[in-house]
Amino acid sequence: MSEAIFELSQTGRKANTQIINLKSTKININNKYLRTNKPLMPEVSELEVIRHYTTLSQENFSVDTNFYPLGSCTMKYNPHCLHTLASLPEFLNRHPYALPENSQGFLQCMHEMQTMLKEIVGMPGMSLAPMAGAQGEFAGVSMIRAYHLSRKDTKRTEIIVPDAAHGTNPASATMAGFNVVEVKTKPDGDVDLKELKKKIGPQTAGIMLTNPSTLGVFERQITKISKMIHDVGGLLYYDGANLNAILGKARPGDMGFDVLHLNLHKTFGTPHGGGGPGSGPVACCKKLIPFLPIPVIKKSAKQYIISSTGDHHKTIGHLSAFCGNAGIMLRAYIYLRLLGAKGLDRVGEFATLNSNYLMQKLSDAGFEVPFIERKASHEFIVSLRKETKQYHITAMDVAKRLLDYGKHAPTVYFPLLIPECLLIEPTETESKQEIDKFVEVMTKIMHEIKKVPEMLRSAPHATKLRRLDTVKAAKEPNLVWKKQ
Amino acid sequence: MATCPDNLFYTKSHEWVREEKDGTVTIGVTDHAQEAMGDMVFVDLPKVGAKLKEKGECGVLESVKSASDFYSPIAGEVVEVNEKLSSSPDLVNKEPYDKGWIARIKPDNKDAAKKLLSADAYTKIADEA
Repeated sequence: MSEAIFELSQTGRKANTQIINLKSTKININNKYLRTNKPLMPEVSELEVIRHYTTLSQENFSVDTNFYPLGSCTMKYNPHCLHTLASLPEFLNRHPYALPENSQGFLQCMHEMQTMLKEIVGMPGMSLAPMAGAQGEFAGVSMIRAYHLSRKDTKRTEIIVPDAAHGTNPASATMAGFNVVEVKTKPDGDVDLKELKKKIGPQTAGIMLTNPSTLGVFERQITKISKMIHDVGGLLYYDGANLNAILGKARPGDMGFDVLHLNLHKTFGTPHGGGGPGSGPVACCKKLIPFLPIPVIKKSAKQYIISSTGDHHKTIGHLSAFCGNAGIMLRAYIYLRLLGAKGLDRVGEFATLNSNYLMQKLSDAGFEVPFIERKASHEFIVSLRKETKQYHITAMDVAKRLLDYGKHAPTVYFPLLIPECLLIEPTETESKQEIDKFVEVMTKIMHEIKKVPEMLRSAPHATKLRRLDTVKAAKEPNLVWKKQ
Repeated sequence: MATCPDNLFYTKSHEWVREEKDGTVTIGVTDHAQEAMGDMVFVDLPKVGAKLKEKGECGVLESVKSASDFYSPIAGEVVEVNEKLSSSPDLVNKEPYDKGWIARIKPDNKDAAKKLLSADAYTKIADEA
């Protein structure tokens, strides 16, 4: 393990070129608010700082260095020009409190992006306020709640969530004050409509659905589900996590969804490893527009404005001090402008093509693909349950062994419905050659499972740290360095 | 291979029930379930005195792989919970039928356990999963 920079500290050592002369800066703060003890800072030279952080950066494992098929996360390549353009000083130095008349360029970008995103999802309302996907979900479900309450429909206490859902769905619904009711998935991967029928009624506030689902298949009965829910007075929430698969091909608004969030940091090419930051705009149908989180970006006759009033009199309120992660949204805007409508069509097409190609190749290599009879969306599931029974090799062992071959592990043990599963998402930005290399590695691993299983059980062997003690990490997380 | 003692009753959702001499029942999760979930890191226990519904949520088991709801196999009132699981959740992995028990319940209907699955019937379900 690398040392923390505090452990390199030597009393009195300084980086002289970086010293700020605080005495020359007069700060007008009452003494009673000023700290008297010095903060703990590492005492290191400039070279030590540079060397420490450069070494750490070389240990990064990212899309820029390796194949990263982390299912449900859409780890596509983020074109570097997005970063270059979003870093123009006029964008970078804009203060969040700058007056709208001094931010017309930025606001125009946001308004144009909003217009494009509304067209992509087929919905008339949008707010860019949510700071990330989970907050977008929370906003959307809170809008459903506010809508029912505004109609004095107070008995709707339940949100339906299929068992294949992302864990954030039940969490968001619970945070918004709902009881979560689970519905099962049929063996073919679609929602069990018989069970759904039994569980809906005047108590149903809505349903949260991901389409394509986390099983990597498109929910074929979506229009039926939409009718069933609307018939009992509920609303449909679309989890935008898997939008990459249907980009330019199908629109949640046309499927009957009423409100959704988008993960700009997945589908629209902005970074999200290591904490993002993310961006989770919400879109909605006409009747939910009054409930959108504020502020909302609009165009008046003369200029672009940041509005917190008018149409949004029943708003669920603010989600942060400002309006979303400005720098991330700029990158998504540039991504949209770079690709255009035709380019976005191709994103959906190639994400799906790559996924289906890889699914077939892994099936040919002897891996069990639970939904092989269905067309994969932008991702698909492989199950190691046979190998676990026969050779005592788990999905985790395979994931760890992939690291030895320089491939990021796919998502493991999610969705929970499929035992010993890997959720694999190659994304549209990988070439056939890169995908073929991954197939080669997986074929080797299948051979190792049968011939040298102990090699997998003790993997990884080639990484800086070996198999981590995940139980200890979860039970006794030690995240903060403390002076001994 | 996961074990499955004959003297217990089981549910499709992988809980077990043992009838005690004093009329209460002890509940826990099966060996098969703990194997599938992997190493436990946290057990959220029900509260003593809580009234449980049949198939109602009564706690959460969190492993390195997942967080799973734990359902009460029968309706009744919680009379005791296994406090040791708070500091040693791994007991669920090591001794699922013994020191890894989760709660003791006073059942609303004293014969409720008998309606559940036998060891043989449960083994068939667990093998298919």
